[in-house]
Amino acid sequence: MSKPVIATTSLAGCFGCHMSILDIDERILQLIELVEFNKSPVDDIKTFTKPVDIGIIEGGCCNSENVEVLKSFRKNCKILISLGECAIMGGLPALRNGIPIEECLHEAYIGGPTVGLNKMGIMPNDDELPMLLDKVYPCHEIVKIDYFLPGCPPRADLIWDALVALITGDPMKLPYEVVKFD
Amino acid sequence: MSNLIKFKIDGVECMTERGKFIVEAALENGIFIPTLCNMPGVKPKGSCRICTVKINGRLMTSCTTPVADGMEVESNSTEINELRKSIVELLFVSGNHFCPACEKSGNCELQALGYLYQMMVPRYPYEFPLREVDADSPYIIKDQNRCILCKRCIKTIKDEQGRSLFAFRDRGHRLEVVLDKELAAEMTPELAELAMKNCPVGSILVKEKGFVEPIGKRKFDKTAIGSDVKL
Repeated sequence: MSKPVIATTSLAGCFGCHMSILDIDERILQLIELVEFNKSPVDDIKTFTKPVDIGIIEGGCCNSENVEVLKSFRKNCKILISLGECAIMGGLPALRNGIPIEECLHEAYIGGPTVGLNKMGIMPNDDELPMLLDKVYPCHEIVKIDYFLPGCPPRADLIWDALVALITGDPMKLPYEVVKFD
Repeated sequence: MSNLIKFKIDGVECMTERGKFIVEAALENGIFIPTLCNMPGVKPKGSCRICTVKINGRLMTSCTTPVADGMEVESNSTEINELRKSIVELLFVSGNHFCPACEKSGNCELQALGYLYQMMVPRYPYEFPLREVDADSPYIIKDQNRCILCKRCIKTIKDEQGRSLFAFRDRGHRLEVVLDKELAAEMTPELAELAMKNCPVGSILVKEKGFVEPIGKRKFDKTAIGSDVKL
């Protein structure tokens, strides 16, 4: 039997969840024995080259590119996992939810206290740039997500246990210390 | 002795004095029933519904229901725990509960209940309401994003003359707990600490103080809420 294939991505996240994947330490050698990585920042494969078994999503959807990537993950992956608070509920980027886009951009590029270098008061507005969404959406409000692993970041043991459970088909143990929201 | 009555919680024989509410009687008998709006020494209100139990096939809030002789209470069952989990989920989606950025994280009772019922994701859509943060008072911050309207602060945080520092304002979905600016300006540091402690979430914070305890040493990092209650 061929190895299960894993793909990962970071949408509106900080890559902390990917760091937590690496935080499984020496078990990463076991992981390489168990699975094969496809599209992922871990191996720098940019596009899907084959059907994927497990897709891991970090971060919520804050712009049109995030939505597109998330939809391509849903299309190419049998199982999708929301990894971390941002994928689950928008996380810190979702602090802007409820504030109009224009106000956010104004604060970031024109009115804010740290925009001194932007003397011309230019607000990015190019067709090449992904369009910001009206708010940051949790991934499961855009596509169907099969499993959720909370945490900021999710504990390495939680990620490891979830992957092992998915690959072997055994139930997850979920000890108290590993399920945390921060 | 006639004042003592017998009752059962999940089949466990319990005994208490007549007139006690189920929540406190359960605690006396070493059984934990979760509460959010209720706390010892405060008149129960039964508003958060997290302490819901089943008696005679009916759902009742155990903080407002007195124990009756021979009463059989169902509390730690799959059905009741599932109901409590959905209440926790509803509270999470109806406010803005950003645990990673919250000063109360690790010591928050709502979060601890999320851990207890293994809430991986709320099953309801997030509301992301637009709420204010009131930082005008010299000693405390009132963050409406995190308030669950439990009323604990209104009932317990009072000045020497018995005046409440907090009060309800507005009605329905606009209802909020607000801080009286004049009374808050004169509050003692001890009262500010007590307000933060009595708040089950991170809605009341003492100014210039946060993240005092490191991750791993906070109240609910290693031990579940209610685990100190032993049969």
